[in-house]
Amino acid sequence: MNPFQNRRSIVVAAVILVFAVMAFRLFQVQIIKKEYRVTAENNALKYETIYPARGRILDRNGEVLVDNKLTYDIMVTPFDVKEFDTLAFCRIFDLDTGFVHEKFREYRMYRTRIGYQTLVFKRQVTGEQYNMFIEKSFLFPGFTGVPRTSRTYPFNAGGNLLGYISEVDANYIKDHPEYRSGDYVGKTGMEEAYEPLLRGEKGYSIFLRDARGRIKEHYNDGEYDKTAIPGVDVTTTIDGVLQAYGEKLMQNKVGSLVAIEPATGEILTMVSSPGIDVSQLSEINKHYRDLVTDPYKPMYNRAVMSPQPPGSVFKLVNGLIGLQEGVLTPNTMYGCHRGYVVGNLRVGCHGHPSPINMYQSIMMSCNAYYCYVFRSILDNPRYNSVQEGFERWKEYTASFGFGQKLGTDIPGEKAGTMPTAERYDRLHGKGRWRSISIISLSIGQGEIGCTPLHLANLAATIANRGFFYTPHLQKDTPDSPIDERFKERHYTMVDTSHFVDIVKGMELAINYTGGGATATIARVPGVIACGKTGTAQNPHGDDHSVFITFAPKDDPKIAVVAYVENGGFGATWAAPIASLLVEKYLNGEIAPERKYLEQRVFDGNLLHKVKVKKR
Amino acid sequence: MPELNYKKLDWVAVTLYLVLIVFGWMNIFSSSVKETGFLFQLSEKYVMDLIWMGSAIVLAILILFVVPSKFWPAVSWPFYGLLVLLLVAVAFVGVEVNGSKSWFAIGPFRLQPAEFSKISTSILLAFLMSKYEFRFSKAKDFIRILVVLAIPMLAILLEKETGSALVYLGFLIVCYREGMTGWILVAGLLAILFFILTLIFSPFVAILVLAALTGIAAGFYNHQPIPGAIATVIVITFLAFIPRLMRVESLAFLTRFAPEVWAALLTGVTAVVVAVLSWLHRQVALRNLMLGFLLGLALIFSVEFVFEHVLKEHQRARIEVLLGIREDPMGVGYNVHQSLVAIGSGGFAGKGFLGGTQTRFDFVPEQSTDFIFCTIGEEWGLLGTFFVLVLYLSLILRLIGSAEKQKDSFARVYGWCVAVCLLMHVVINICMTIGLMPVIGIPLPLLSYGGSSLWAFTILLFIYLRLDMEGKSY
Repeated sequence: MNPFQNRRSIVVAAVILVFAVMAFRLFQVQIIKKEYRVTAENNALKYETIYPARGRILDRNGEVLVDNKLTYDIMVTPFDVKEFDTLAFCRIFDLDTGFVHEKFREYRMYRTRIGYQTLVFKRQVTGEQYNMFIEKSFLFPGFTGVPRTSRTYPFNAGGNLLGYISEVDANYIKDHPEYRSGDYVGKTGMEEAYEPLLRGEKGYSIFLRDARGRIKEHYNDGEYDKTAIPGVDVTTTIDGVLQAYGEKLMQNKVGSLVAIEPATGEILTMVSSPGIDVSQLSEINKHYRDLVTDPYKPMYNRAVMSPQPPGSVFKLVNGLIGLQEGVLTPNTMYGCHRGYVVGNLRVGCHGHPSPINMYQSIMMSCNAYYCYVFRSILDNPRYNSVQEGFERWKEYTASFGFGQKLGTDIPGEKAGTMPTAERYDRLHGKGRWRSISIISLSIGQGEIGCTPLHLANLAATIANRGFFYTPHLQKDTPDSPIDERFKERHYTMVDTSHFVDIVKGMELAINYTGGGATATIARVPGVIACGKTGTAQNPHGDDHSVFITFAPKDDPKIAVVAYVENGGFGATWAAPIASLLVEKYLNGEIAPERKYLEQRVFDGNLLHKVKVKKR
Repeated sequence: MPELNYKKLDWVAVTLYLVLIVFGWMNIFSSSVKETGFLFQLSEKYVMDLIWMGSAIVLAILILFVVPSKFWPAVSWPFYGLLVLLLVAVAFVGVEVNGSKSWFAIGPFRLQPAEFSKISTSILLAFLMSKYEFRFSKAKDFIRILVVLAIPMLAILLEKETGSALVYLGFLIVCYREGMTGWILVAGLLAILFFILTLIFSPFVAILVLAALTGIAAGFYNHQPIPGAIATVIVITFLAFIPRLMRVESLAFLTRFAPEVWAALLTGVTAVVVAVLSWLHRQVALRNLMLGFLLGLALIFSVEFVFEHVLKEHQRARIEVLLGIREDPMGVGYNVHQSLVAIGSGGFAGKGFLGGTQTRFDFVPEQSTDFIFCTIGEEWGLLGTFFVLVLYLSLILRLIGSAEKQKDSFARVYGWCVAVCLLMHVVINICMTIGLMPVIGIPLPLLSYGGSSLWAFTILLFIYLRLDMEGKSY
């Protein structure tokens, strides 16, 4: 018997113990700890996002306003990067070597977090740069390029209207969890309004990859992949040619030019001047600082965001209300001797024959006439007090859409302001104010703020003889039908029959040849246009020049407002601009005898008149 | 010569062997097959492995049925000498693979003498220890064994095959079984423990632990364990306050030395005094205990030196990662981390044959050789890893049990050697993949891809099975 045989049991016990320790550890690693399984998923599966092509934006005639062009993002997998010629790399992409060094310093700092991930190194390089890079890519291990689309604008029109897209930031992602870093989103204009249609649906491919991040194969033969669904093309109601022409008319002027097709509420043209040039849109990040610091605020869509007093254009509204209320007939005569005078109050007027009827009052834009009309509305004995009359008046204005958002599809639309009884109570004491106290409202001055869109809508309403469709930018197409609310007629509280009389006054304002008409300059050859000038007083400088028009008088095709800040009389700038737009739209070209007017508008520069805060 | 009784062949061991190599091939196939599918080409590892497996089985049959048992002890010295020569030669004329020059290249085949020297060393050890007059208590015999172990070990260390060299330490278990004092093993384990303690905590903490263990042991020696333990607690508590005392202004002179130096001085002087006294009173065990304590102190103070100057940078890094001193999942810790992820992701039942993503796609390095256990863990889950553990444990315990039954002591010692070689390889390899040991390149016996390893373990095992069969036949 071997003397050391008992040692066998000690060794066997130790062996079993060691195996038990290994078994326990395996149990711990494979069953208890979940962290390894999570890491394994991350390790092996690579979700590669497939970005859909964003929908295009077309004009009403099918012209492409916003298209996609292929650009490339240069990606880097820091783990795979080896020594490379930084200088050559920078030369290709027009970069600063400092930028590259800074990036790599960051990658080193976060190398454990980055691991084998691939990151965006430089966004939106051009196809040429990409080709140069591909030729030499063997010099730059770890760098690759992926195609992305960016926006391009074949038609130089509608910068503000179209809006821009930019990459989502952390804040945006927080509020919109469906977006991921690297996605683009429409930030303003149509791009924002029609984001859900335009953006399409992202897809992804799942790949298995190895430890070096090399893609090995499609996971389960692509069974779980999702193809990207491209965005829908959105057709706008904009007429690209007209929009471009409108922008040219408005160049070097501050203000808005809006045209609506009355029969549908479709916006044909919407110019906010000065605006963003489309060439800046695609590289908005590069220009963003300049744009937001520009004292003329090119990012600001005045057409829907800038409420201003409407001036004499508002006389049409008061006239309509007077007719409906029965305190005015087309033949009511009032006298005017260079103004309306009650006690100490005097509302001045220009020299014109007196007395005049309602048609003449519109044609000649008499202030005194509308002071009488306005007072008779508010002081109507049918109502117990001026306050009650005022509320009635307000109901009428509201039925035209004033003082509220029209509910368009244009982001950032403002409601404008209409005065309230409370406000006058505060100003004059409760119930202590009379119609004479608020007489400025009669001629569209004082506490009224309307956006140019409100006025364009007024023109369309009158063109339709009493109703409007909510103005909108999206054209109804089978692919992208418009919201039902855009197909609904909104009637004002004024009967259709009364509009006929107002239209007659507006026709005279342009077409009366016997003298005294305010807007003969807006006469369009071969077309009977109707219009009304406005000169909005402005405590900060020259009056704003306002004009609304629609044409032809019967079966109107276009209703336009031009609002030129500090442009002086309505007939000076707004009427020529609006009428040229109408002429362009209806006749296709400007008649030779009006070429001089067109040239004058093109050349006109009013920027110096506009007081801005210089930064 | 009497007839061999082939029914006496250890069919259980043969079955375990066959199950292991077949399961091994499945996992090699899974970890090396490409997307293009099965290709019958020599460049594919799973095809090469089939060739190695076939030839290994031929070798096994030859050894079982052709080579008589007597042949092995007879050639023990020349065989050992030849392998040592090859080990040295390969360091000069070998091919370098993964930083270690340990391969002979013969056409497309590569052979690693380090794998085969385990066989020759086992045979020589069995031959030496089975001599009638052999005693571990005889210094001459003991030293001869140590030299026989040390020569191939050093040669292998020269080739930078640390893992294979470590396997030779396993032979100390055989020595223990054959009569070597167990204190050597205990001392070895304690040395590892204090090495780790010193690295993780500090030399100061290691000294306190060492002093505590010594004090308690001394208490037991004096048959007064409870008073001994109380005295130890008091002394250790006092020592533990040394860093605090150093902050007291009136005791500022203490700061001339580091706290571990103070602790070592106080306890060391005491130990020397006790050692001298016990020597005078012929209390051998107490004296040895004190000498052991002093050796321990020396070890603790040399840890830093060994760590910084003896070990290589990559070895330092691997040990630091293992001990959690350094976190570096992308660098040195990468292998272990990926290996754990692969095994852990297998869960209970695994991802199924060929279903592994971590191992199949190169996340785990060396996945068909040293890290084959990851493929098993990922594709077969806990069921697979336990299955492998059970196979190995059964084989090892069966070999030990069978060795103990041998009438011939050559067969017994040789049987132990085979069991211990398997044990060391299995434990080092698996513990490495599951993060219990630093990364040491060493194959998993019979499972890993590699002809040398497969051949070596086949020969090693089947020589014993022949010895066993012959022993039972008569």
